[in-house]
Amino acid sequence: MEWISYLPSLGRGALVTASITLAAIALGGAAAFVAGIARVEGGRIVATLALCYTELFRGTSLLVQLFWFYYALPLVGISFEPVTTGIVVLALHVGAYGSEIVRGALASVAQQQHEAARALNFGRMQTLLHITLPQALVEMMPAFGNLAIETLKLSSLVSLISIADLTFRAQSIRNLTLDSTTVYTLTLLGYFLMSLVLMGLMRLLERLVRRGAAFPRAAHS
Amino acid sequence: MTQTAPAPIIAFDRVTKRFGALTVLDDFNFTVAPGEKVTLIGPSGSGKSTVLRILMTLEPFQEGTLTLAGMSYQQPNGTGPFKAGERHLRQIRSHVGMVFQSFNLFPHMSVMRNVVEAPVRVLGLSRAEAECRAVDLLALVGLADKKDHFPAQLSGGQQQRVAIARALAMRPRVLLFDEPTSALDPQLVGEVLSVIRSLAHEHDLTMLLVTHEMRFAREVSDRVCFFDKGRICEQGAPDQIFTNPQQPRTREFLASVLG
Repeated sequence: MEWISYLPSLGRGALVTASITLAAIALGGAAAFVAGIARVEGGRIVATLALCYTELFRGTSLLVQLFWFYYALPLVGISFEPVTTGIVVLALHVGAYGSEIVRGALASVAQQQHEAARALNFGRMQTLLHITLPQALVEMMPAFGNLAIETLKLSSLVSLISIADLTFRAQSIRNLTLDSTTVYTLTLLGYFLMSLVLMGLMRLLERLVRRGAAFPRAAHS
Repeated sequence: MTQTAPAPIIAFDRVTKRFGALTVLDDFNFTVAPGEKVTLIGPSGSGKSTVLRILMTLEPFQEGTLTLAGMSYQQPNGTGPFKAGERHLRQIRSHVGMVFQSFNLFPHMSVMRNVVEAPVRVLGLSRAEAECRAVDLLALVGLADKKDHFPAQLSGGQQQRVAIARALAMRPRVLLFDEPTSALDPQLVGEVLSVIRSLAHEHDLTMLLVTHEMRFAREVSDRVCFFDKGRICEQGAPDQIFTNPQQPRTREFLASVLG
């Protein structure tokens, strides 16, 4: 029954993984909306800046991004706590993917909806907030669900900038005990359980969004 | 006692509109008196809908001038495709409403919210006041009992009637109908036409209607304009156009649609 003795340490790591993931999802979600909306609604300069951000963070490796922010940035005098670096970089990375989800969903709202809004004299911001975004939000949710799970899995890379997350703890225990099979099986289970919870949370969120935007299928009498 | 004609509420003066190489409106002149009910007929691609879309500021135009209630659509220092600022365009839009072929209701809002959203957000009415107004309008279009339904739960004819109530809620001086019954099943056309017919008695409301319903056009309009190739080929009182058209193109067109 060796494995029970691993649990406290793995548990603490899982807690770090969960916190980093949730923080990155929240922050990354915000980045996704800012960049995605800027792509669609911003002027040329704002849209180009948003595009640069998206392509830069989508087009490079997350691991190298973490190393760059953790090892290279301090050389020019800017340094953060490892956990801060981990959260911010992970958020920027998934935010770049998320911005494509936001942009795509906004672009998929029918042109006629924009025309109807204009005919009713809504301003641009009003059209976005009350007409197009609520409709796009429903379209975004399944893709955001995937991205949330992806964020959890990608978070394991922060172990490489010395953050004691679940993966980091697993490595440490394995190095001490050489009990690879048990340790990594438990680690996989840990990630899987967390992703189950995350999937449930995203489902719930999706249902809330759908309720708010209410596209009922069946007629009620 | 002489009576001078009132100043037109809409005046197109030598307007040219092009989509790329295609000229949709060609040196187009057209005026509408306040309260007038005008029907635009003609073959597809002749520019009828474009006239409405330009009036609603959904499309810019390249040459000529257009005024609505004395306001020009273009400003001297205007920028962008419309050659006017957004604020100016919104001022123009405040006088115009539009009913679309495909209804274009907001699918995520109930019937009631579809009707009150713009009065609340744009005109700044209180929700209670807007709802009070909406109840009357929904009664006018015969849908008072559907106020809590969503567009997806309504038939096409019902959706279009909500769209008419929604447009009226903004109290436009000019209401544009862009083929309002073309997307409807034949048995649903009548209910929409009867709502439009009731509006035709509104003395102050200026109405422009693009339609293929010739009998209806004849019945409700003060004037019928026959469009061909981006211009008005012939116009006049409905009885004259339908019984005694002067232009060969008008005769041809009417023969083809009336059968």
